[in-house]
Amino acid sequence: MTPARTPPATPAATPAATPPATPPARSALPARADVVIIGAGVMGLAIAYNLAARGCKRIVVLDAHYLAWGASGRNGGGVRQQWSTEMNVRLMQESMEICAHFAEAMGINVWMRRGGYLFLARTDAAAERLTRNVALQNRCDLPTRMITPDEAQTLVPELDTAPFVGACYNATDGIVFPWPFLWGYARAAQKRGVTIRTGADVTAIERRGDDFRIATSAGTLTAGRVVCAAGAWSPRIARLVGGTLPDRPVRHEILSTEPLKPFLKPMVSVIESGLYVSQSLRGELVGGVSLPEEDNPDGQVRLGARLEFLTAMARGLTELMPRLGHVKVVRQWAGPYDVSPDGDPIVGSLPGVPGFYVVCGFGGHGFMMAPVVARHYAAYLCGETPHPFFAAWRADRFTTGGTPAPAREEMTIG
Amino acid sequence: MSRKVILCRCEDVTLADVQRAVKLGYGDIEEIKRYTGFGTGPCQGKECLREIACAIASAAGRDPGTLAPFTSRPPLSPTALGVLAAAGRK
Repeated sequence: MTPARTPPATPAATPAATPPATPPARSALPARADVVIIGAGVMGLAIAYNLAARGCKRIVVLDAHYLAWGASGRNGGGVRQQWSTEMNVRLMQESMEICAHFAEAMGINVWMRRGGYLFLARTDAAAERLTRNVALQNRCDLPTRMITPDEAQTLVPELDTAPFVGACYNATDGIVFPWPFLWGYARAAQKRGVTIRTGADVTAIERRGDDFRIATSAGTLTAGRVVCAAGAWSPRIARLVGGTLPDRPVRHEILSTEPLKPFLKPMVSVIESGLYVSQSLRGELVGGVSLPEEDNPDGQVRLGARLEFLTAMARGLTELMPRLGHVKVVRQWAGPYDVSPDGDPIVGSLPGVPGFYVVCGFGGHGFMMAPVVARHYAAYLCGETPHPFFAAWRADRFTTGGTPAPAREEMTIG
Repeated sequence: MSRKVILCRCEDVTLADVQRAVKLGYGDIEEIKRYTGFGTGPCQGKECLREIACAIASAAGRDPGTLAPFTSRPPLSPTALGVLAAAGRK
């Protein structure tokens, strides 16, 4: 007898990603919350979801705009485990596991494709750095390996490998479509009682005894604890409570081409230029390249798209893969990297403001790190022994008497 | 006659998709762009934005003139990487 086929425990992911059933903007703001999270990007929503999954009640997530307006809706969707510090390698191994099971756990298609990450080096110095990092990654049981430019060309035949002296490849890295992560976390959080209110710009935060009184464009509420998950906008929020954060917004740009037949397996990145490009499951090439950091004395987040980026990226991409010259760009946009003085994130209590927590400064890697960081952040907020990153990335390391700066992460791209 | 009315021909977004988005409470063009994917193909909304706005307005009982369009992204029309690369060379 043929055993009866049982339907899967969760509905199969549909091609169209599904936003939360209750549009967040409609949510009424309660008068009081135990925890208010400022910022409904992937970090804020994932922390809210993890807190609610642990049984925490009265959680409110506020956002000035709509889901996917900020950096969580503007990034390239890369998810990789190749890093230069053991902390980041191990965290991203755990994050990758969460991402790999996200669709099944949350019932939403995140368009994940594990085609690997290929890093290319033009100079001996960069190749030596890659070799050192690969050794570290191998010690963490990551199957990254150094490969020759010829082997890189076997992986991606379209490459012009003449400028490169070395490369490394890890087949278990990949890409996702970022938006469904927001919708998945939002919907799962809402199902567990979290209130998500978009279109609520935080305008003032006042200390009232042990509480915070938070004024927004959509009303006022009181909270016992506040988590600022506002990414590159975090310094402004910290100033509202009289705190200071040393991270700064740096504009990075990205473009998308017309869809092409699938041909590009790994995400490809050039160490020296910061260029990266991948092919999404929709067939588009999505990628960016580093431009010199602009002067930004007022610390404002700038989101305008520039011709300078478009031509620099087109030049870099057609040099990397000369056959792409006829491929058309359909769209370019910008998003902020949230960069701390030493390049590592800033997490935990905001110095001088008990009850106010921050999670920022992820330098362009916040999206891929959010699943794992949020899991441990919720444990930390629930009073459990903090993950070691809380000690390494504490906010007071930038002030006198703080802990010395940890080893700086080298593998920053884009 | 098919009852399927395509509004965004690049991404195959139908009138029913837009009506569903409105029914779920999404009223803003930016949000409905993300919900349905309309306007993200080669025409970048140039062919469908007006039709989608009218469909949203009709489904939501609103004046189409009150709906702000989504942010228009460069380039103005799809442009080959080779052309842009040549333009960037000094």
